Amino acid sequence: MSEFLIKNGYVYDPSQGINGERHDIAVKDGKIVESASSGATVIDAKDKAVMAGALEIHAHIAGPKVNVGRWYRPEDKLFHSYKRGESTRIEGGFSIPTVFKTGYEYARMGYTFAMEAAMPPLYARHVHEEIHDTPIIDEAALPVIGNNWFMMEYIKNNEIENNAAYVAWLLRQTKGYGIKIVNPGGTEAWAWGLNCLTIHDPVPYFDITPAEIITGLIQTNEFLGLPHSVHIHQNSLGLPGNYTVTLDTLKLAEGHTAKNRFGRKQVMHSTHLQFHSYGGDNWGNFESKAREVMDYVNRQENITIDTGNVTLDETTTMTADGPFEHHLHGLNHLKWANVDVELETAAGVVPYIYSPNIKVCGIQWAIGLELALFSKDPMRTFITTDHPNAGPFTRYPRIVTWLMSKKARDDQIKAFKYSDKVVDATEVASIDRELTLYEIAAMTRAGPAAALGLSQNYGGLAPGMNADIAIYNFNDETTDPAAIEKAYGNVAFLFKDGKICVRDGVIVDPGMKHTFWVDVKVKENKQVMHDVREKFLKYYSVNEGNYLVPESYAPHQHVIALDATQ
Amino acid sequence: MNTVTLTVKQQPEIILEADCITPDSFAGKTAAEIEKLPVYQGKQNCTLGDYFKVAGKAGSTPAETQIIVNGDCSRVKYIGMKMSAGEVVVNSSTDMYTGGWMKGGKLVVNGNVHSFCGLGMEGGEFIINGNAGNFLGASYRGDWRGMQGGLIRVKGNVGSDIGTFMNGGEMIIEGNADIHIATHAEGGRIVIKGNVNRRIGGQMVKGEVIVFGTVNVMMPGFHYNQDVELTVDGVTAMFQEYNGDLGERHPKRKGEPVYGKLYLKK
Ligand SMILES: [Zn+2]
Repeated sequence: MSEFLIKNGYVYDPSQGINGERHDIAVKDGKIVESASSGATVIDAKDKAVMAGALEIHAHIAGPKVNVGRWYRPEDKLFHSYKRGESTRIEGGFSIPTVFKTGYEYARMGYTFAMEAAMPPLYARHVHEEIHDTPIIDEAALPVIGNNWFMMEYIKNNEIENNAAYVAWLLRQTKGYGIKIVNPGGTEAWAWGLNCLTIHDPVPYFDITPAEIITGLIQTNEFLGLPHSVHIHQNSLGLPGNYTVTLDTLKLAEGHTAKNRFGRKQVMHSTHLQFHSYGGDNWGNFESKAREVMDYVNRQENITIDTGNVTLDETTTMTADGPFEHHLHGLNHLKWANVDVELETAAGVVPYIYSPNIKVCGIQWAIGLELALFSKDPMRTFITTDHPNAGPFTRYPRIVTWLMSKKARDDQIKAFKYSDKVVDATEVASIDRELTLYEIAAMTRAGPAAALGLSQNYGGLAPGMNADIAIYNFNDETTDPAAIEKAYGNVAFLFKDGKICVRDGVIVDPGMKHTFWVDVKVKENKQVMHDVREKFLKYYSVNEGNYLVPESYAPHQHVIALDATQ
Repeated sequence: MNTVTLTVKQQPEIILEADCITPDSFAGKTAAEIEKLPVYQGKQNCTLGDYFKVAGKAGSTPAETQIIVNGDCSRVKYIGMKMSAGEVVVNSSTDMYTGGWMKGGKLVVNGNVHSFCGLGMEGGEFIINGNAGNFLGASYRGDWRGMQGGLIRVKGNVGSDIGTFMNGGEMIIEGNADIHIATHAEGGRIVIKGNVNRRIGGQMVKGEVIVFGTVNVMMPGFHYNQDVELTVDGVTAMFQEYNGDLGERHPKRKGEPVYGKLYLKK
């Protein structure tokens, strides 16, 4: 394999505390190395920022509900499709891009890893088929477990070890990476036409509360020592006044300690917090509670969060939070799709337009930015759009620009139809903070890598780590918002595993992607295997034998093997 | 106003997609530059000059540009798409998507248009001096934004599904219409001087449909309200007013529900 020497660049690597100093980076055989030989190809990075490849911690980019979005929204592709390039396939779609466009667009922005945030276990094969077809970026998927019948029964009976054995079995069956919780209990309640709007609302029939589910799953996660913590989409998403539910949920992490061999410190990752930081009790007096939420997050060190920034676009919302999508459809009357996934979960899909002419959308935009701007620890605060829910991930360059430039924020506030009302309901207009490239690198590289338990190989530029390197045409001197946005959206170079995959924003190599999953060895558990057999016979529409995702669905897999028998 | 004349010199092998035939893309260009504009035949990239002889010179803005198209364009799609100003006159029939997403100006087709014409139209005037196919002034497949504004006038008959998801503007059909008129509409007005087959206003929330001729079968979701006198396209007459679709949600204004309106000439 080829050798490279990246010279003269400004390096931003929070994992090593390197803040914009000039460092040469040497690459050999897919890894970063101490030094290069004289035969190495020299890449001149003068005046450019050099960072590790970025990691997406939460996006909906593969699987059945993404595909429902694709097939029921042909209009999303209408004016957003591009013909094939020299080394790319046809690219289509804006908020629900094709798998090819998904891989290319992440790579053009400097991303080399993405987590599919909600894999319905029963449809894991579909998720892996799409992951396999998404070029360049490495990926993993989180099976949704927060409304699973097995889990609710084990946790109700306080059987954490049995639940852990079941989760280990499920991760192996689905080639999953960790524990995703979506509207705990509420999605099961939705099958009864109900919801759980606080963490103490009991789930019908199972008679367990969201608080018990979350706590039980934190214990399960740490019992198994998984690389990632529980990853939670909280109850009461998107409703005015929900910040109290959010704080109640975050407090469930108190007293728990991360137990794992990956250097992960958090026991809870709270996702798309923008949707959960709402004050007021109706859309008229709707306001930001980002400060209250971040005050708690800043103090509580065993929590990580991602923002879920609203990008002010027409997009497609999709979530395993079935009741929320029904609620949203009632608000905007646009087409609604809903699926029930047997014993496991559900999903809903509704298009949504975050219009700068609507007050609430302006406030949501402000809340997402406030979360990042109020953060005292960029290593625990990550940038997402909950793609495609708050907007497409392809808007990261614009979000980074808003975070790095007060002028860019002020220009957007001025452009709102109801700027005064947005300013009154939020604090964004009075925040002077402009994030530095070092902080952006923490929020998009070193931070998410640590939270996912991947910091040994990802998110940094130390010798021995993967040679996933993004080189951008900007540095800390760049202040023009348009220049920041353009540079972040079109990497000068992207190295993936030591190979140049993007040059000047153009894909030049399809890369060699890997699918990550976690295989945990647990003590033989006859009880759990009996329960699995029984539930498949009694309730599932498929046979147990047809549930497994075979090797052929993830031919380029990277298995993280764990032993939880001790 | 400057005039650019296009004359068909060669029929395309498969249907030609020519969304560049608009005052917006011609404005400020010479004939030679216009000949170089891209058109598509399937996955092949071609130029307008491969299929049309171009004469004259465009104005400096779309509003100062008139385009006259001569020759058989019945296999040319997307003429006038997204045009914002100026004028296009086609002395022929045209294929699908003519006048799609039009924003302003005037588009005249001296012939028939195929289906999916005037989709999502926002403004301007679209005159069809022949017949139109299905989905005239409707939304694109999957979309909920049909005709939003402007005027479509058809001298002849139209097919089915006109004004699906229409929510603004006016469509005047001087001949007859087939099934499915203003399905899912949330605004706008459709006038049909001739007869309608059936299914007017299915799942209609708001908007108006006015029929001068007969209706084969009425929708069960429309109920008679009152007789009213209306002046429609210069004609004053008495109409029976129906409210509907009663099976659909309806917004309220001053506490009263707002219905879709169907007017049948007495
Ligand atoms: Zn999500």
